[in-house]
Parts: sequence; C-alpha cells; structure tokens
Amino acid sequence: MIKTVSRLQNPREWLAFIFVWGTAGFVTATFCWLLGDILWHGLSHISWTFLTAPPENAGRRGGIGPILVSTALILGVCLAVSLPIGIGTAVLLAEFTSNQNLFGRMTRRSLDVLAGVPSIVFGLFGNVFFCKTLGLGFSILSGGLTLACMVLPILIRSTEEGFRAVPASYRLSAAALGLSHTTTLVHLLLPAAIPGLLVGLVLGVGRAIAETAALIFTSGYVDRMPESLLDSGRALSIHIFDLSMNVSGGDANAYASALVLVVLLLLINGTASWLATYGLHRKIVTV
Amino acid sequence: MYRYLDRSRKKTDHLLRLVLLASLCGIPGAATAQTPGTDQLSGKLVVTGASTLAPLISEISKRFERLYPNVRVDVQTGGSSRGVADARQGLADIGMVSRAMKDEEKDLHAFLVARDGVGIIVHKDNPVQALTDEQVVAIYTGRVTNWKEVGGKNAPITVVNKAEGRSTLEVFLHYFKLKNADVKAQVVIGDNEQGVKTVAGSRYAIGYVSIGTAEYDESQGVPIKLLPTGGVTASTETVRNGTFPISRPLHIVTQTPPAGLTKAFIDYTRSKAVHDIITQQYFVPLVD
Amino acid sequence: MTSLHSNTLFRWSTDDLLCWLLRGLAAIAGTIVMLIVTFLIMEALPVLHRIGLLRFFTDPSWHPAEGFYNLTPMLWGTLFAMAGSVLIATPIGILSAVFCHYYAPFFLARLYRRLIELLAGIPSVVYGFWGLVVLVPMIGEMHPPGPSLLAGILILTIMILPTIALMADASLAAVPQHYLRGATALGLPRWATIKGVVLPAAKSGLFTGVILETGRAIGETMAILMVCGNVVQTPSSLFDPIRTLTSNIALEMAYALGDHRAALFVSGLVLMTMIVALAIAAEWISRGRYD
Repeated sequence: MIKTVSRLQNPREWLAFIFVWGTAGFVTATFCWLLGDILWHGLSHISWTFLTAPPENAGRRGGIGPILVSTALILGVCLAVSLPIGIGTAVLLAEFTSNQNLFGRMTRRSLDVLAGVPSIVFGLFGNVFFCKTLGLGFSILSGGLTLACMVLPILIRSTEEGFRAVPASYRLSAAALGLSHTTTLVHLLLPAAIPGLLVGLVLGVGRAIAETAALIFTSGYVDRMPESLLDSGRALSIHIFDLSMNVSGGDANAYASALVLVVLLLLINGTASWLATYGLHRKIVTV
Repeated sequence: MYRYLDRSRKKTDHLLRLVLLASLCGIPGAATAQTPGTDQLSGKLVVTGASTLAPLISEISKRFERLYPNVRVDVQTGGSSRGVADARQGLADIGMVSRAMKDEEKDLHAFLVARDGVGIIVHKDNPVQALTDEQVVAIYTGRVTNWKEVGGKNAPITVVNKAEGRSTLEVFLHYFKLKNADVKAQVVIGDNEQGVKTVAGSRYAIGYVSIGTAEYDESQGVPIKLLPTGGVTASTETVRNGTFPISRPLHIVTQTPPAGLTKAFIDYTRSKAVHDIITQQYFVPLVD
Repeated sequence: MTSLHSNTLFRWSTDDLLCWLLRGLAAIAGTIVMLIVTFLIMEALPVLHRIGLLRFFTDPSWHPAEGFYNLTPMLWGTLFAMAGSVLIATPIGILSAVFCHYYAPFFLARLYRRLIELLAGIPSVVYGFWGLVVLVPMIGEMHPPGPSLLAGILILTIMILPTIALMADASLAAVPQHYLRGATALGLPRWATIKGVVLPAAKSGLFTGVILETGRAIGETMAILMVCGNVVQTPSSLFDPIRTLTSNIALEMAYALGDHRAALFVSGLVLMTMIVALAIAAEWISRGRYD
C-alpha cells in the first residue's frame, strides 16, 4: 500500500478528512446500534441446548438444531451448483470472450437483469419451476437451486472484476512462455482473481443465508430434522420471520436466532479472508 | 509445489461431484406415498394453508409423529385460500382454512379444529375504553379521523388494516358490513404479530388481530389494549362461551372423504388429547 | 482493457474443451432469466387475456377482490423508495471504501471491512424488525403515522450500503499502485489524489456497485413490507405510507387465487420490466463512457 501525502494543507483536505471519518463513524454507530440490539436481547438465550435441540411450542421454547442443519444443506446445495457455473461463466466472460462477442454480450446482459430480479420473483419462479414443473416439491433441493439462481450474478460479477483486475502482463508473460490458455488460467489467473471471487462469495453467501422471500415458497416451513435433500426444511431466516411476525411471544428466540445467524456469517467471512490471506496467497508466491 | 496442490484439489473436486451425484440419484423419487397400515400407520402427509393455523397444526403433528414413528407430517404455511386451492388440486393432503367455509367451497370436506376471535386493539396509553360498532365503522371508512371525536385525545387516528386475502380481514369486513374499497387505512399489515407490533409502536393506532395473540402479548407487557366489541369483553373466555360477536372457526379440509392416515390425523387433531396444545397456542378448543 | 482474445497462436485441444465447457456453463447462467420471464408470462397470461394490460394502469384502485387492478401507485412507491435510498447510500458507500483504503490505520480498516461484510449478511427480516420496533415509532413521534416512505428509504439505505461499499472497496483495491505513486511524487494531497486519480480510475467498478445496489433496492421485500405501511397510494410526502410492487406480491401471494394471483404475476412482470430498463440504461451509460 502506497502512503499518500497525509499533510492536511488546506481547508478542502480538512473537510474531506472530517467527512470520511464522520461517514465511517456514522456507519459504525448504526451498525453497533443494530448489533447491540440483537446481542442485548439474544445473548441470554444462547446455549448449547439452544443450538442442538429441536424447536418446541412453535419455536417459543426449545432450540434451532434442525433449522441449522436445513440452513446448512440449503446453502450447500446453493454453493455446489452456483460456484462451478459462476466461476466458469466469469472466466468465459473475462478471459475468453471479447467485448464485441454476441454470446458474451447476451450472457452479460441477461446476468445484469438477473442481478436485479427481486427475491420474491425468484420465490415465485422457484415455486413454479423447481417445486411444480420439475416435481421437487417443497424441499431443500428446490430452495438451494432457487438460491443458486439468485446468487449467480453476484458471484459472476465479482469474480469477473477479479479477473479484470489481474494485470495484462501476467497473460502476456504466460503467452510468451508458450503456456496454454488452460494452464494460464488454472495456475496464474485463477489464484490472482481469488480476492474478487471471495468478495462475490461473501456477498452471495450473505444474501443467500439472509434470504426469506425466495425460500418461503420453495424450501418450506417444516422445522423437523431433514432426512434427505427432498425433505422440506425451514431456513434460519424463515424461522426468524415466523417467530417475529406470526408467533406471539417468539421475539426472544427470534433475537437469539438472529444472533446465531450473524455469528455464522462472521465465521464464514473470517474463513474466507483467512483463506485469501494465508491459504491461497502462498500459491501465487510459489509460482 | 503447486502441481501437487492442484492435483489434490482436482481429487477433492472429483469426490465432491461424486457425492453430489450420489445424493441426487440415491433419493427415492416419490414423496407422498400413503400406505394405510392395519396396525402401524406410516407414510407422509402434506398440510398447507392458513398461517394462523400453521403453528398449531405443526405442534399437533409433532406429537402425532411421536405416536406413530413411521409417519411424517409436513406443514407449509400460506393462506386459507391456498389451503383450499392446494387441497383441491391434490398438492396437499389436508388444507388449513382459518374462516367459515364459503358456499363455493362446499365440495370440500371441512373439519372444525378450534375457534378464534378477532378483537380490536389500541395502544395501552390511549384513554378510549370502548368504541361502538358505528364508531369503528366511522373510523375505518375515514369519516372520523381524530381521536377527540370518539372521546380520546386530540390526535390523528392511524388506521391499521389487513392485506387483501387474509381471513382476519374477511371476518372483520363481514361483521362490520364493510367493503375493503371503502376502508381508508394508514397502515396495511400481514400477519397478526405485525399488527400487534405496529399498534404497540404507534400511540394513536387502531387495529384488529386474533384475540389469542393480543391476549398473550398483553400479558407479556406489550403496550396494547383489547377493546370490547358490542359491549362484550374481548377474551378467549368470551369466545369460548360464544358471547363474543366476532369469532371465526378454524378448519382443516380434504378433497375426498378422509381415509387411512389422513383420517387418523384428522381424528387425532379433533380429539381431547390435543386440547392442551390448542390452549397453549392461544386458541379456543371445541366444547363437546 | 487489453485482452488476448485474438491470440490463436497456442490453441490446444484442452483449450477448446475448456472453452466449450465454459460456454455451456455460461449458457445455463444466461438462460435463467428467460426461464423466469417465460414462467411469469405463462402465469400472468390468463388475466392479461381477459382484461388487457392497459387496465393495470388505468383502473381506479387496487382492489383485486372487487376487480380493480391499478399498479401505478405501487410503481411510484417502488421508484421513490429506490431513488431515495440509492441517493443516500452511494456517497456513504464510496466514502466508506475510501476510508478503508486511504484514511484508516491498517487494523481499523480491516475491522471496518469485516463490519461491512457482516452488515451484508444480516437478514432483511432483522432490519425490518429493527425498523418496525425502533425507527417507525421514532418517525411516528415526529410526524404520524410512522410507517412511511421515509422509514422505507432509511432501512433500504442501511441494507444496500454493504453492496456498494464492498464493490467500491474492491474497485479501489484494483487501482494500479503506480497511479498513486505518481500522485504522491507530484505532491498531491490525499483528497486531491482520491478525487482526481483514484475515483476516476475506479469508475467502472463503482458503477457496477451502483447498478447492483439499485437492483437490490428495487427487489427488497421483507423489510419494506414491515416498515412502509403498505397502503396503496401515490405518496405526496416523505411521511406518507406506501406499498411497493415487491411487498404487494409478498403480502398477497400466499392468499391469492385465480385472477388475483395472475395479477400478482403481472406485478412481477412490471418489476422485471423495470430491471430490464435498468440494465439497458446501465449499458447505455457505460457505452457512452468508454467510446
């Protein structure tokens, strides 16, 4: 990181300084307010039993064990489908297709549209297509596939940005060494584009794990421990929605579930950035 | 070094794909197989419909599953209309309907499970103690817009109405002989708890929700207040003895006359064995 | 952007294979939108056939039970909420990223970034819940009734902020280091460097971020449903309650049958049209930039 000149010579610099720090402070304060609220109300209900026990009395008592399992399975299906398609498409768009190519342009345009499709519309579509037309019914598979459609554009966009951020000299040197496109891609470009991919992953997982509207019509409402991917399973966010909007006296457990969700996300993000810094970075250095 | 890493990654990739394939293929295709066993029930029931009923039926089905370990009951939430539609199309074995059956729904077999009342709520700090039916109509049609016109403080009234299609709305409109197009609302809400939270958060709001929900929240210290309707106190007690005027039956419906597992489940839902669950979910069990 | 697309010197068979595989994957990704639109049209067709598209914009009101299907007020609701939140969130998001890269000490930047990532993952239900319990009563004290366009804009702002902030962060990180070295060598102060060098260089990424956040603002459902009041009307002030097209679907979908249900799919189609318009606008603007 290059240090810019940090002297605050003129009023404009001062103003910018105050403004930037002010914005950061404001965002942090809002966030702390929100998280503080969740922590304050949720922390006292968290225990090992809460994490493992099944919900009782419509979720007012008991835990969220089966719901955690369902959420993990839905997310797993979503990533297993969206990651290969997402990375593949991003590679194609960034490395193998020129900006003038018709196929590339059509794909990109359709992805731009997909990125904006409201989650509720994904819910309608998932319900009609996966649950009814493909006959998967209300199931973890339907939910995961619907989420995969939803996460794809985010994943592709960020990964593509990651590829575009790789200096052209990498490609030129690889070409000069006579490496094939495939080799260049796997050993040079992919590792270098990892930060972009991770941003996409974090945004995508964030959106998927927090999704309610798309899941309520696809993965369903059943809070039993799922036995296969064709079982209906209630995701954590739907549980929170149901507890806060439909079950009187469910607020305490709604807060606790929200807290669990936030902590889960923190873990995922932490792992992602740890991977970015230590796990995958070393590989480029070796190359 | 990277070559080794790469190979191992390919291997795990391969493994992952295999596992995925296996999990996709290994799952039996048919989901709803009903086998009415002679001594031991087994199979899967799908129940969809009214969000009001969903938590109740969900709890009952859990106890039912404990009774018959080979049975799975899937409860999906939605609305009464969806309960009717799904039962008709055969998407669900049983539909949940949180209102009286309409004339055009007479083709379905309906079974009463419990009763529920719809009560009018205001913020706890609101000095108004009672409203006549005419006053409620005047408020909801926008002819009265300030609390001082009905004996309260000088403040504008925030009218909370339910979204189109909700059974609570239909029951409310039916009792007050209103059309939804005539209602002038400031807030439109979905489920009961949203109504309670909206009124609790707005000092000059008026709304209507399921009495059980309101009673529970009131007892938990949520700042709301149930108003009497037609001079009768709004409580689960007056709903039980039939004196409270705005009440609704909670039904479960089937397309064909129930048999086997479906029949067993419906009988169980209507039996005394689940009365404690019904009370626990703040509904009124049937008196027989 | 320089690229090697025309490089045909070393076209090996594995490359061809890879290329076709990638094309296949991209084709899957590309056809999802068509599938969605097809299914929406299929479900909406009955009502479009019966009453025609025009009545969705000329009917006196939205009362599907009584046969009135006017979507215009909800269209305005969606547009106002979107415009307001994007206008507020964009500068905050970009300044956040600038803070991370050029103002904050290293450890603080990392902490702040983690915070924004976390913000991205909080479910909309939690935002909505918080808005309903904290924000709406506050606005209600100021100017009743409380649930309003303003509440919606504020909640949406918080919700879309991480999208723009993270995208801006990534695109600032991609600004070539020698630009900064050059600016430093010229003795440019910090803000001047950011304004004159960094932001123009990161334009494309920032632009992507704005498009993504706009899409998210149009599509947000649950939180909006909880704080906006959901009254079908064209708002005349910030304190008027509104209903957006998305919350219209979420509120009524589970309860709708027949024409009403089909009318909600028309809402979905209108939303899709807006999204397509947005994508076209985005392409048009970016083309104007690069030419």
